[in-house]
Parts: sequence; C-alpha cells; structure tokens
Amino acid sequence: MKPPQFEYAAPATLPEALALLAHPDGDAKPLAGGQSLMPVLAFRLASPRLLVDLRLLQGMDRIEVDASGVRMGAKVRWRDIERDARLKTALPLMAEAIGHVAHYQIRNRGTVGGSLAHADPAAELPGIAVACDATIEIASTRGSRSVAAADFFEGALTTVLQPDELITAITFPAWPAGRASAFEELARRHGDFAMAGTAVWFDLDTAGRAMNTHIGVIGASDRPRRLAAAEAKLDGQVIDAQSIGEAACAAAGACDPADDLHASAAYRRNLVGVLVERALARALAGTKGSGTAINRSGESH
Amino acid sequence: MEVSFKVNGHAVKTEVEPRTTLSLCLRDNLKLTGTHVGCEHGVCGACTVIVDGEAVRSCLTLAVQVEGRSITTVEGLADGDALSPLQAAFRRHNALQCGFCTPGMLTTAHALLTDEPHASADRIREVLSGNLCRCTGYLPIVEAVLDARAAYGGPASDATTGHGAGR
Repeated sequence: MKPPQFEYAAPATLPEALALLAHPDGDAKPLAGGQSLMPVLAFRLASPRLLVDLRLLQGMDRIEVDASGVRMGAKVRWRDIERDARLKTALPLMAEAIGHVAHYQIRNRGTVGGSLAHADPAAELPGIAVACDATIEIASTRGSRSVAAADFFEGALTTVLQPDELITAITFPAWPAGRASAFEELARRHGDFAMAGTAVWFDLDTAGRAMNTHIGVIGASDRPRRLAAAEAKLDGQVIDAQSIGEAACAAAGACDPADDLHASAAYRRNLVGVLVERALARALAGTKGSGTAINRSGESH
Repeated sequence: MEVSFKVNGHAVKTEVEPRTTLSLCLRDNLKLTGTHVGCEHGVCGACTVIVDGEAVRSCLTLAVQVEGRSITTVEGLADGDALSPLQAAFRRHNALQCGFCTPGMLTTAHALLTDEPHASADRIREVLSGNLCRCTGYLPIVEAVLDARAAYGGPASDATTGHGAGR
C-alpha cells in the first residue's frame, strides 16, 4: 500500500529536530533511512502527523573507536559498519553479525538509530547491544539521558523512548583482546529477519575458567535478552563440550518464543539451543587459536 | 512540495506529496516506468534504483528525501538503443523470463560491479538475495553478472558454470 498522508520537515540542526518532535500537536516521528519506518507506513501500522527527516543533521554518522570503546552516531548505516575494519577487533560481534543484517540495498540506507527505535525482536543490532552491555544516548528538548540497552527494549516494537525523544548514539564498552565471542543466526533467506540468533562472549581467567559470560538471544522472545540461566552454567567452569551442552540446554529452556507464521515456539526453542551450542563451540575454538574459520556463505567478501 | 534532483544525468523538478515514494515519483511524475513496483514494502527489490552510486529500494525512500541527489534508473544504463555490457550479458545468458524483476536485478548488479568489479559468485548471490525472481531460478542471472564483470574492470569470464557460459 501507499503510505498515509503526513506532513514533512527536514530540519538543519538537532535542536530544531528536537523542537519539532516536542511540538504540542504531537505525533511526530523521526525519519532516518526509513528502512523500518517506511514498511510500517506502507502497512498503515502507523500514521504520524509529521515526519522529521534527519538527513540534514551533521555529525551523527560517525563511528568512533578509542580506549573507552566504540561510539556510533544514530545515522551510522549498516554499510558504514560493514566497511569499518576497526570493528573486527573493537566490536567483533557486530562485525560478525553485520553480514546477516538485511539485504544489500537496505544496508545502504538503514541506520543504527532506526533499528534500535524500531525494536524488532529478531533484529541483530538490538541483540548485540543487549549482549554487549551497550548504552543508548537519547536527546530531547528536556535534556539528554543514557539508557542501558538491557533496560531500553520493553517488548516487540516497544522501547522506553518517549514521543519527543531521539536516539543520538549508541556506545559499547571497550573490548579486550583475547575475549572469546561468536554470533550465530538462522533465517530462511540470508538477510531476512532471524528465526532465532545468538551473540555469546566470555573471558577466561588464569585457570582457564569462564567469567563474565554473556549469552544474548534474538527472535526467541518479545525483545532481545540475555539468558542468565545459561550464563550461570558457564561462569567459573572450564568450557568444554559438557558445559557447553548444559548451557545450550538451559538456554533453550530459558527462552519464551511465540508461535508465528515463520516457526513454531517449539522449533524456535530448539533452535536457540542449537545456535547457542554452535556459538559457544566456535567462541571456544577461537581461544585456542585453531583455524576456526567455519565458512559461512555470504560473510566472505 | 517541490523536489529537485538528477535522473540519469538530467536535472528534474517535480511536485510531490510528502508521502510520495521515489518509485512512484519516477513512474508517475517522470514517466520512467522502467522502475517496477512489486511489493511496496522493501522485500522484492524490483524497484531498486541507484542514488549517488548506491543501490537503494525506491519504495522505501521518499521522493522528498532525494532532494539534490543523483539517481540512476534502469533507463540510464543503456547508451541510447545500445545495451550496456551488463544488459547484453543478461540477454546472452537468457537471464530473464517475464522480466518483472529485471530492472531491479540490473540496477543492483550495476551498482555492485561498479563498486566491486571482482565480486565472486558467492558475493553476487548474496547481493542478489535481496531481489526476488520467480522465473529463472537465478542461475542465468548469476552467470550474466559474472560474465559482465570484465566490462567493469573485473576478471574475464572463465569462472561461469553451466549453460551459456563463456559464449
């Protein structure tokens, strides 16, 4: 369908954009790449009064990498992430997951801020954000605030963002060299939304036991989330086939997927277990410096 | 609202509603009906056009968002009546049947090969996974794109598979 009627503004500065979002007539929506919002409009799932196009705003399209971590402006596109070689060491889970994010044409326009605000439960970036303890920076005419990714997503397509607020950036804590990690997902068509996916990481102490284990899942709940029950199976343990198996089993038991058109709840639950097991095994193999290159179609380019 | 941009090298100025998608602006306002509208929600890829060198879905882009930008549509690929090397490769390999998806296949592959003339068969398949074709089964399309790489400065075609290769 065609989008419903709306008014349109393309402010030149962030304060102007925030003023438009805070207008007393309300019902204004920010527009960046439009790769989530445009389908929502086409399906008439939303009919905002005003679209505030962010295309003229300067300085929000940069990826900054320093000792404190990674900061991505809200207008950073998937294409920018895909082409930033620094992220392979500064944020390896994102570098690995980016090959799964949408299709070629959509990666040229889709943005970090748009994906976070849209909050699809199967989207990769929200899952990486939760799994990597990211912080989301938000601005409005009332001031700015930072929200932990774990507290940002409230449910499917629902976040803590207020109608007058705009995501300006996302920050990730520094990633130490030697940290073990892997991302896995399954989608019917590469680039489509995942039926389920997982991002895992852990550090090893001097005795070779896991600590800080993080297991995040997407597509297996109404929002991206960590699975504490599965993480607890690994912290303080030597990571081996047995502990990985226990963690995968706990992960499958801890998620609460819904039946939908694409997969049954039982299938998704089983899939989470399989993907968590694969990801942990691959993360472990990475710590041993062995040739871990499991050749995944579409990621080699 | 009035919007001005370039299409296939020509400056255009046209009046649109804010909600007018780029795909409809091209087809209805500018009568460039080579850009096909399939799903209108960003799944099928038929409406792909090139904006400042980057392939985008014109159904997920508002016309007002491309103010001042430079657009290439499928009409901009050929030089007059002479097919571009990519188009000629599609013809040689029978890379189309009904032809509905073809404008999106051509614009996507053109943007890809302009950027990555050495794209591998896997890379080509990955990129074209965003374009649905229900007729061909994709094999001749991938062969055509592989074959066209040489015209973009990529390798001469010797890596194609199956029928039609290397003609």
